[in-house]
Amino acid sequence: MNTSVFAFIFTMWVLILVGGGFLVLFIGPISFVGTTDINPMLNSIIKVIIALILIFFWVLILTKIKNWIFQKQIKS
Amino acid sequence: MEQLIIAAIITIIIGFFSVYALTPIVIKALEKRNVTVIDVNKKEKTMVARPGGLSIIVGIISSLIALYFFFPIAEILAIAITTGLAFLVGIIDDRKTMGGWFKPLALAFCAVPIILLGAYDSNLDFPLFGSVKIPMLYLALVIFMIPITGNTFNSIDVLNGVVSGVSTIAGFALSISLFILQNYEIAIACLLLAFVSLAFYRYHKFPSKIFPGDSGALVFGAMYGAIAIVGHVEVIAAVIILPAVINSFLFLSSVKKVVEHRQIKNPISHTEDWKLRSTLENHAPITLVRLLVARKPLSEKQICTEIFKLAIFSGILGIITACLMGVELS
Repeated sequence: MNTSVFAFIFTMWVLILVGGGFLVLFIGPISFVGTTDINPMLNSIIKVIIALILIFFWVLILTKIKNWIFQKQIKS
Repeated sequence: MEQLIIAAIITIIIGFFSVYALTPIVIKALEKRNVTVIDVNKKEKTMVARPGGLSIIVGIISSLIALYFFFPIAEILAIAITTGLAFLVGIIDDRKTMGGWFKPLALAFCAVPIILLGAYDSNLDFPLFGSVKIPMLYLALVIFMIPITGNTFNSIDVLNGVVSGVSTIAGFALSISLFILQNYEIAIACLLLAFVSLAFYRYHKFPSKIFPGDSGALVFGAMYGAIAIVGHVEVIAAVIILPAVINSFLFLSSVKKVVEHRQIKNPISHTEDWKLRSTLENHAPITLVRLLVARKPLSEKQICTEIFKLAIFSGILGIITACLMGVELS
C-alpha cells in the first residue's frame, strides 16, 4: 500500500478544513467599509486578493510535499 | 419518504439498465465502423471501441427526465442541461482533438444553465466553521466548477476502468453525504450518477471493451460538478475526488500550463513483462500513476486497485466532512 499518497490526501483534507476555517473566521468578516471610505466592491477585491495569496501558499506547500514524496519513492 | 424511495428505485433502474443494455450495442456499432483506438497498455495492442459517451448520456438524461417527473425542480433540470452540454463538448473533442484551452472554455459555458435557472445558493459551507456569503465570487465559482470537475475526471481516464470506477465510488460517497445533509432529491440524482457509472464500468473495467472517451469522461465530471453546486456540497465534493484533484494538480504543477493531455510526454513506460514503470525522462510530468509506480513497476490492474483504494479513502473523508457540516466550533 502506498502510504505516502494516502498521507498526501489526508494533508490536503486538513488544509481544506483549516483553509475553510480561516476563510470563515478571519477573511469573511473583514470590513474596510466604515473605517475608511472604501467601496464595497473594493472591499471584496481585497478579500479575493488575500484568498489568492493563501491559495498560493497552499499550492506551494503541496508542491513541496509532492516533490518530497516523489523523490522518496524513487530512492526507496 | 415513500415517494422518494419509489422515485429512487424507478430512476436507478432506468439509468442503470439503459447503460447496461445500450453499451454493447454502441461497442458493436463502433467496431463495425472501425471507430477504435489501440489500448497502449496491452502487449497485444488490442483495438478498443471509443467513445462510449453516447450510452452514458442516454442513461443519465433518460433517468433524470424520469426524476424530473417526480420532482419538477430547477436543480434537476440544471443538472440535465449542464451534463447534456458537456456531452456535446466531449463529442466534438472526440471527433477532432482540440487545443488545451478548448475544453475549459467550452465547459465554462455549460455552467450557464445553472446560473440562468438560479439553481445555486451563494453561501459556501465549510465544516466546523459555518459558511461565508460570497454572491459575486460564487458566480465565478459556478463558472469554474464544471471545467475543473470535467477536466479532473478526464485527466484520470488513463487506465482501464479508472474513470468509471472512480465516478462510481465518488457518486456513492457524495450521495451518502447528501442523504446525511437531508438533500434527498439531489442525493437521488447523485445515486443515478453512481449507478450509471457502475453499469458502464462493467464494460470499461480491465480488460476494457470500450473507452468512455472525452464525451464519457466529461459527462461524468460535469454531472458531478453540477450536483456539487446545486446540492450545496462543493467542499465535500472536492474532498471526495481528491485523488483525481491530486492527479490534475501534479500534472499542472509539473507542466505549468494548460495543455491537452494527449500532447505531453508519456510519464510512464513498460517493463519487459509489460508492467508500468515511471519513465526515466526528466521532463515528463509527475502524474498520480507515475507517483504510484515510482517505487516499483505495477501491472495495470494493480494500479487501478491502488487508485480505487485512494478513491474509497477520499470518499470516507468526504462522508466525515458531511458529518462535520452540522458541527460548529464555538
